[in-house]
Amino acid sequence: MAESDRGPAVGAPRLSSTPLPGIGVRYDLTTREHRRISVVAHRDGARTLSAYRQDDPDACALSVRLTSGEATALVDALAPDHHSPNLLSTTELGLVAERIELASTSHWNGRVLGDTRMRTETGASIVAVLRRAEAIPSPTPDFRLAGGDTLIVIGTREGVDTAAAILGRE
Amino acid sequence: MIEFGAIILGLGLLGRFAGRFRLSPIPLYLLAGLAFGEGGLLPLGTSEGFVAIGAEIGVILLLLMLGLEYTASDLVSNLRTQYPAGLVDAALNALPGAAMALLLGWGPVAAVVLAGVTWISSSGVIAKVLGDLGRLGNRETPVVLSILVLEDLSMAVYLPILTALLAGTSLAAGSVTLAVALGTAGLVLLVAVRYGRHISRFVSSDDPEKLLLVVLGLTLLVAGLAQQLQVSAAVGAFLVGIALSGEVAEGAHSLLAPLRDLFAAVFFVFFGLHTDPASIPPVLLPALALALVTALTKIATGYWAARRAGVSAKGRWRAGGTLVARGEFSIVIAGLAVTAGIEPSLGPLATAYVLILVIVGPLTARWTEPVAMWVTDRLRGPMPAGPGEGGAASETSRSAPLAHEALDEQSAADRA
Repeated sequence: MAESDRGPAVGAPRLSSTPLPGIGVRYDLTTREHRRISVVAHRDGARTLSAYRQDDPDACALSVRLTSGEATALVDALAPDHHSPNLLSTTELGLVAERIELASTSHWNGRVLGDTRMRTETGASIVAVLRRAEAIPSPTPDFRLAGGDTLIVIGTREGVDTAAAILGRE
Repeated sequence: MIEFGAIILGLGLLGRFAGRFRLSPIPLYLLAGLAFGEGGLLPLGTSEGFVAIGAEIGVILLLLMLGLEYTASDLVSNLRTQYPAGLVDAALNALPGAAMALLLGWGPVAAVVLAGVTWISSSGVIAKVLGDLGRLGNRETPVVLSILVLEDLSMAVYLPILTALLAGTSLAAGSVTLAVALGTAGLVLLVAVRYGRHISRFVSSDDPEKLLLVVLGLTLLVAGLAQQLQVSAAVGAFLVGIALSGEVAEGAHSLLAPLRDLFAAVFFVFFGLHTDPASIPPVLLPALALALVTALTKIATGYWAARRAGVSAKGRWRAGGTLVARGEFSIVIAGLAVTAGIEPSLGPLATAYVLILVIVGPLTARWTEPVAMWVTDRLRGPMPAGPGEGGAASETSRSAPLAHEALDEQSAADRA
């Protein structure tokens, strides 16, 4: 299957996603202890949370179906200091906002934002850059990126995933 | 009117009954049709015309909803990466059906029909089974789903061929039809990949009522045009579903689901109505033999496809067992043949076949892996598709109501 593994950027672990035609999308996470967890995002907003067995890594030891409300509550409990990576609760609109961290080894370290051709390539917008203690809102194309920057990207699920792949270039 | 109301109400009660036992309602609808049709317990006659139109709409809605499930890019990417699995699936599962029709001496057209009946797994039943068994996250699940996608896409090619054959067109006219069908399907895929957003924007509407009317109107119009062009109406509806994507597809999906359920139920009943229960016993043996063989070939297909995707042995057996269920599309295909009036025993055979596999399918999905693992443990070493045989039989015997079927399958196997 086309497991699109969007290489984990240094810093934040990223989910890889696999389309499940007719059902939704599966997001996978492999933890530092090599346990796999996945979330199936159903198209009707429900979520299925699965954890994998250690003796048969292809099968689920646990598979719980959550309504969108239950999933939201769970995210709240999971998020450290109670804010989720998705800053907007705009899932109803099909938009997501994510923080994407630029590694110090990044290809874009020292290059200007315009070089990423982000909006042309992905349709996603970079609405702000968080650098150390300050936030730079609406960075212009001649804004110079640096390793360690956190970019706030807003777009469709696919757009933000592609943006993460572009920004993850070494 | 009273009769029709009674039919619908009966279907609702049957559906609830099926839900309580976590069964697919399809077999119950078929049985209801059998009970009330020609030679059944309670022949109904007056609402036939209405039921016939309802059945036609049911097929169109089934295919439209199937198209809405997928985006064009899903189809194209699956076709690109998984086509070998699709070909193996077609070869292993369509050929037994064709062979059976030829063995029974029904001729080439019936062979093509029966090939379709045994080839296409039931996406509806399988998606539900995967959810029920908590396997949506499993690594073999994308393999199973991509086989279903390819089968559904194959329908867009298969149905026009079948329609042309059933209409008894000459080879030249048939090839023209097929070229038109393939060209249209290719064009729709291309347009949907490139300009799907614009189509969806044209159809999009904030008001659910308008959206429902626009989508339904567009679908019926395209289906009608497809029928005029001698391409099957169902394929037209399927392509409309493919072309709609994003929010429109979501909205249409939730709006049309209840309508689809209603008319699809009417369609299954209609099919049952046109089958005389007395004609089933003579074809029961061939149906059982066919069910056994094609259960094994599906298990082999899933095993092979999952192995190709790098899934471990357990997952391969699970993928195989999951694919066994046949359902709505086998009946759609058989329905076309019955309406065209070829081989009279074909309808009963398809009915019996689907009734068996729609019930056995969820069981094989559950038990193929443990049984296969147990057998391979006993034999210490990998095995080709052999263990499935023990699997299919012992699975059915695990559940009391099906024990007699298991015996029948055994005896059919012994005789074969």
